[in-house]
Parts: sequence; structure tokens; C-alpha cells
Amino acid sequence: MTEAAQVPTEAAGADLLLRAHDLKRYFDVSPPFLNRVIERLPRAIVKAVDGVSFDIGRGETFSLVGESGCGKSTVARLVVGLYQPTAGGITFDGIDVAGQTAAEARQNVQSRMQMIFQDPYASLNPRWRVANIVAEPIRARGLLPSNREVKARVGELLTQVGLSPADSEKYPHEFSGGQRQRISIARALAGSPDFLVCDEPTSALDVSVQAQILNLMKELQRQYHLTYLFISHDLAVVYHVSTTVGVMYLGRLVEWAPTQTLFNQPRHPYTRMLLDAIPDLEMTGRQRIPVAGEVPSPINPPSGCPFHPRCPHADDRCRAEMPTAHATGDSHVACHAVDDGRLS
Amino acid sequence: MSVAELDAVGRVTDLVRRCLDSDIYFSFKSSKITMIAAAVTAAMFLAAVFAPLITPQNPYDPAALDLMDSFSPPVWIEEGTWTYFLGSDDQGRDLYSAIIYGLRLSLGVGFAAVIIAMLMGVSLGLISGYIGGTLDAVIMRIADVQISFPAILIVLLIDGVVRGILPNERHDDLALVVITFALAFSAWPQFARTVRGSTLVEKNKEYVQAARVIGRSPLWIMAGHVLPNVMGPVLVIATISLAVAILGEATLSFLGVGVPPTEPSLGTLINNGQNFLFSGEWWIVIFPGIALATLVLAVNLLGDWLRDALNPKLR
Repeated sequence: MTEAAQVPTEAAGADLLLRAHDLKRYFDVSPPFLNRVIERLPRAIVKAVDGVSFDIGRGETFSLVGESGCGKSTVARLVVGLYQPTAGGITFDGIDVAGQTAAEARQNVQSRMQMIFQDPYASLNPRWRVANIVAEPIRARGLLPSNREVKARVGELLTQVGLSPADSEKYPHEFSGGQRQRISIARALAGSPDFLVCDEPTSALDVSVQAQILNLMKELQRQYHLTYLFISHDLAVVYHVSTTVGVMYLGRLVEWAPTQTLFNQPRHPYTRMLLDAIPDLEMTGRQRIPVAGEVPSPINPPSGCPFHPRCPHADDRCRAEMPTAHATGDSHVACHAVDDGRLS
Repeated sequence: MSVAELDAVGRVTDLVRRCLDSDIYFSFKSSKITMIAAAVTAAMFLAAVFAPLITPQNPYDPAALDLMDSFSPPVWIEEGTWTYFLGSDDQGRDLYSAIIYGLRLSLGVGFAAVIIAMLMGVSLGLISGYIGGTLDAVIMRIADVQISFPAILIVLLIDGVVRGILPNERHDDLALVVITFALAFSAWPQFARTVRGSTLVEKNKEYVQAARVIGRSPLWIMAGHVLPNVMGPVLVIATISLAVAILGEATLSFLGVGVPPTEPSLGTLINNGQNFLFSGEWWIVIFPGIALATLVLAVNLLGDWLRDALNPKLR
């Protein structure tokens, strides 16, 4: 098991845009010093992201799925630089942007990344007019010289996301959730980025509006050749947008593969469990197996494979030893049962 | 009118319409006490601003005072004259003029102190909340220590230290500046604490993170994004602090460490008047006292109303 074997390689030969290598982010959630001394509590460290590696090719959509608290949003924030990684590296278009000396490099590539947030009610400043919200990336970097040009560009962007240029005089509270998410997308596009990180962009929206936003995002991707890192817990949404899907469990990637492969031949028991839980209109009468158990506490993770307490195929090796990822074809899976041939 | 001017006029009328339409205006209209308080505050404010135009005498000008007219009682009492319709003090100062000029001083010192305290408190609170860490701990511990002392003690301390440093002949020139800064120093922790609290909430909202991803500097985010969203409670504290600062100035002047006696404020007038309370010249203390109480009450009532009107839980 060499290091290289753990890094997914499906995009490596192609046009690679972003590579995360053995990314780690730990949070110190210890009680205050006095409590620790008096109540004899130990330090508490949450390993929110614990050794995640993936590659994203230009023009692709890489999706991360997983239950709440598995660290997928933390990965998104690491990639856009809202958090500094505890260990590991991120290279964007060949430039290291996560190291100790990478602050300057980060500045240079920051303009090529944008983020779309989950909550359309919190991601727009309530005191700002839409015109200023959308124009912020343009003004922050001085992309256009005059206010007149900025205004024209904002109108253009709003039209593109399905709003009207007249909306730019309004405040965010005058819009619905879906419209606010469109404003968010317009703002993300304003700086002409080539990489968008979408942190559950549709999970706060109605199903009908979700589809509109997803279609808009796909259309924009085609038009501007955008690359997406897409975070979601909704497998139906992920199936709709992704080229590659990674499944996260407790801060680790347990399986990643091209979308069709993952949905047709899921191999990791956790992926199977998630897919089994999807309601299926065509297969009515099929016995659905609900996702059993809960994600264990990341402060005190189980020994060995973190999934073993919930896994129907766990044996002694799973309880003792952390599995590493192995490739079969273009899919990668970290599971002892699959390695040992107990699970095909 | 040009298109730009029409646009500007449109914006202003739009703003006025929105203000008249707002919840705050509605709650203002539905509270009689608030309207009276606002009217009283506005009247006193205008009187203070236009003091020289509406007073018969300049009480700060010794040449205008006539000792022969000292202790003249109010007009409705025997021997009272219309020239001094609220009476005059021991120097022959017209009390009405002295009160209006006193108001001017009280409001001026109060406003200046509150603005300085607000600038200090809001910026320190923003920095403290947004940057956090050791800086936050240091600023907040200083605020804690300061809050644990009575405000008047802090003001007296600052005043005393500055008096010790400055040569005697400069005292009177700088008395107003010193007292203003002393009052401001005693009021900043309130602002800092409130703003820090709101900042802690706002800085984790996604619009702040969006600005960080866009690449805005921390200073810009604090001023452009966080500040407009934490100003609501600051306005309430500013109003209440204004009343406290006015009272503080009056207290200091009453104790004789405030403004120089040649330029009496309401506190100085009250201090002066209480010497004659038992010899029958009650008007010298009563009228400035009423003016001070009315002003502070009106400003306090406005502050209370603003607090309730801006509190979404009470709507």
C-alpha cells in the first residue's frame, strides 16, 4: 500500500485542476483550562477531516456525500481557504495553496475560486442592496474601472441567473429562498472564477426550486467550463450533477468512483446502506433498508474501521485495523471486507 | 432637473416613504409618552443650539451682569420683574438665560462624550469580537475591570490626574475637554461589550465567510459587513448613555470639579443655588433642577422606547 495508491487517479492524467492530498483538519474543543484541571477532563480534539485525498479535473463536478457531521463542509472550507489545514496539502492548478508559506499563492488563486453557501438567508448581507452584493467580487478586485460598467455587469449577471436587472435596487429580504440562491450564484460568477465550491446549495430549498437551481448550475458549468466541488447529503441531487462521487464517513473518504459506477455497483457497505435508503419509484414494493445506527462521536471514534459498529460485515480485523483505499478499475474503496473478498 | 437629480429626489422620497411606513414609526406614533419626550428633547436641543437668539442676556459675559439685580425673584412673586422672569442668582444672572446656556453645555458635553465613547467602544468591540484570541481577552478584561468601578469614580480619577499634570492657569480652558473625555472613558465598555457580543454572532454568518472567500481584508469586513449589522443595539445604548453623560457632567459640576464657575452648566447652577436654599431664594436651585430632570427624563424615555421598538421579541 504505497502512498500513491491512496490518491485517486482518474483525473490525474487528464487536465487536473485541484488536488487535495492527505488533508487533515482537527478542532480543539477542549473544555476551558480551569474545568480541565478541576474536573480532570482530558483535552478533546475533533478530527473533522482526517486524511482525505482527491483530485478534481477541469470541467468536472466532484461531489462529496455523507451524513451530517462527517466533515464534508469542513473539506469545502479548507479548499476555499476559510480554514487552514492541520496537515496535508492542496494544490490548485499546480500551485500549492495550503502550506505555511502559501499565503501569497492563496491570494493569487483566491480570485479564481468562489463559494456558494447552504443557507440563502444567511449568505447575503441583509443591509446591502443586491447591486452591491453581486458587485462585491468585482469591486474587491477592481475588475471594472467605472460604476457604470459595474452596474451593467451586475444587470447582465442577474439576467443570466434568471432575475431582472431591476432587482438590483432591492434588499435580500424581498426575495424568496430560490431567488436568493440565484443572487448567491450571480455573486459567485461576478469574479469570473473557474472553480466553484458549492456547500449544499440546494438543501434549504423546495424540491421544485432545487431542480431549477441545479439546472442553472449545470447550464453555467457548460457555458463557462466551470469546475465544481459539490457538497451534499442528497444522493438524488448528487446523481444529477456529478461526474465523480466521494462518500465520506467520519472525516474519511470510504469510497470514490465515477457517478455511474458508484450508483450501479456500490462496494463499500456504507455506500450500499446509503443507496438502499433512497426511495425508488420504479421498484415499488422493494423492501427498503433504513440507514441503521448513528455516526459515532468524532471526539472518540471507534477503533479500527470507523464504520465497524454499524457494519453488517465487520469482523475482528475491522475492529482492530484501519482500512486503506485500494483501486479496482476506476473505483476506490477503503474496506477490509472488500479486500478480503468477503464482500464483492 | 437632470436625470441624476431626479433619481436622487426619487431615492429621498422613497426613503421618507419607507420611514413613515416602518414599524418603528408606527410604534413611535402609538406611544404618546414617547412623542412628548421626543418633542421635549427636540425643543431643548433647539433652544441649546439657538441659545444666543432666544436669551436676553449672555450669562457668561461678566459685563452683562448687574449685581444690583441679584436675587430677583420670579415674576409671579412680589418684587419679581419681567426682565428676570425666572428670577436671578447671586451674581445678577438671569436664570432663564443661564439655564438655556447650561442646557447648551450639558447637551454639548453629553453628545461629545457619547460620540467619543461610541467610536472607542464600537471599534474596540468589533476588533475584540472579530479577531478574538489574546487581543479579545485583553480588551475585555480591561472593560471588566473598568465596569467594576463606579463610573463617577473613574471620571473623578481622570479629572484629578489631568488636573495634577496641567498647570493651574490652563485648567479652565481645558476643563470642558477633560470632562468630556473623562465621561467618554467611563462609558466605552458598555459599547464594546454589546458590539463584541453581536459581532461574535455575525462573524460566523455565511455572508461574512462569503466576503472572506471574495478576498476582502478583515478591516474591510468589519467596517463594511459586520458594523451595519451590529449598530441597532448601539443606538439604544447611545441614547441611554447620553442621559447618563448629562447627569455625570451635572454631578461633576455640582461637586465643583467640572466646568469653571464663570461658565455655569446646570450642575454648577444647582450647586450655586443650594447655598441659598435655606435663605429663601429657592428659585436659584429649583429651576435648573427642573430643567435637568426634564432633559434626562425625556432622553431616558426616548432610549427606553428605542430599546423596545428595536427589540424584535417585543413586536
